[in-house]
Amino acid sequence: MSQHSHAHDDDLAHHHDIHSELPSDPALRVKALESLLTEKGLVDPAAIDAWIEIYESKIGPRNGAKVVAKAWVDPAYKQRLRSDATKAIGELDFLGRQGQHIVAVENTPEVHNLVVCTLCSCYPLSILGLPPAWYKSAPYRSRAVLDPRGVLKEFGTDLPEHVKIRVWDSTAEVRYLVVPERPAGTEHLSEEQLAALVTRDSMIGVAKVKAP
Amino acid sequence: MNGVHDMGGMHGHGPIAPEADEPLWHAPWEARIFGITRAMTFPKGFNIDRFRHLRELLPPDLYLARAYYDHWYAVCIAALLDGGLATADEIRHGRAAPGGARRNDAVRADQVWQSQKSQGIFTRELETPPLFAIGQRVRARNINPAGHTRLPRYVRGKVGVVHLHHGGHVFADTNAHMQGEVPQHLYTVAFSMRELWGPEASARDEACLDLWESYLEPA
Repeated sequence: MSQHSHAHDDDLAHHHDIHSELPSDPALRVKALESLLTEKGLVDPAAIDAWIEIYESKIGPRNGAKVVAKAWVDPAYKQRLRSDATKAIGELDFLGRQGQHIVAVENTPEVHNLVVCTLCSCYPLSILGLPPAWYKSAPYRSRAVLDPRGVLKEFGTDLPEHVKIRVWDSTAEVRYLVVPERPAGTEHLSEEQLAALVTRDSMIGVAKVKAP
Repeated sequence: MNGVHDMGGMHGHGPIAPEADEPLWHAPWEARIFGITRAMTFPKGFNIDRFRHLRELLPPDLYLARAYYDHWYAVCIAALLDGGLATADEIRHGRAAPGGARRNDAVRADQVWQSQKSQGIFTRELETPPLFAIGQRVRARNINPAGHTRLPRYVRGKVGVVHLHHGGHVFADTNAHMQGEVPQHLYTVAFSMRELWGPEASARDEACLDLWESYLEPA
């Protein structure tokens, strides 16, 4: 890409000038947009409902938690997850938009992994659902790569100095799933009980999984 | 573009402040604009990289001040205006101009799950072999394109080590400008924090970024 200014992009930027003429309340603007698109046949309101429904009931961090729990109890699955996470997660039918190319990164006593998207809000939606507000916020996006230990402390996660931190900045279409460490004292729990312990934050890498 | 969206390494944005028991949506309009963005008919050739580029073209004051899903609203209307699918007047009034044709090709509710499962595959077969091998030292080029790029400022000019090779992936920088997918080899490159942030940074910790081949040169 050249460094000259793109005339067409300047035109695109001008499309944002309209904001000063629109109501400040987003609820009003979004309602007007939905009416317009429906009237023009550019959207089917039932399809909007269907998309919302998918993310409210079918796609969420429970999917990722099942992957993690299976990896904890099944060494062969863990090996498949390490060598080709996309395929291993596909076995559980959890691939989908913003989660078709996945790498699983495993926390150990020596290495701790943390996921961020400094440029926008890339997140493994197909296995973790919609990202929390803090993940998309400027404070997290700016400091996760600069001061990961400080960021982790804000989540109450204090790592010893000897642990190596790897921050994964999701700059392309590869999505990262952190496989947290299985807590001690959970040997007697079933795969389902283990999955219930695995939090969203532990699969982003800002928290550890706690024993019940 | 060197925009305010390229946040890695900035100070001054305050504490992270995670919400306890955060709801999926903070207001009903967030769910609606999310669903609209998934379900609406975009201009021909529109793609996720273009979506990201339109978002980063928001003026910096709006980018920082507006709620996350309000960015999505801004992208939707920019795409509609740019693609000639709606006029500014129509967006202002929420009503179609009289006499316009009504389309009948919007995605239906019964197509949504199939779209969720099948879309968003960005790997492409490449005939050219990769230029870099795992373990090789590479330098992120010092480039400052005015258009879309996924090479953040904080790694430009820095030396890292190729950690993973992902094969061919659609190149965001061309795709965002509707100049084609032009796939390239994609690598994860690990940079030591000390290389990125200087001698006071951790010698042990690393940042790993997914970088296309044309972002890199041998080091």
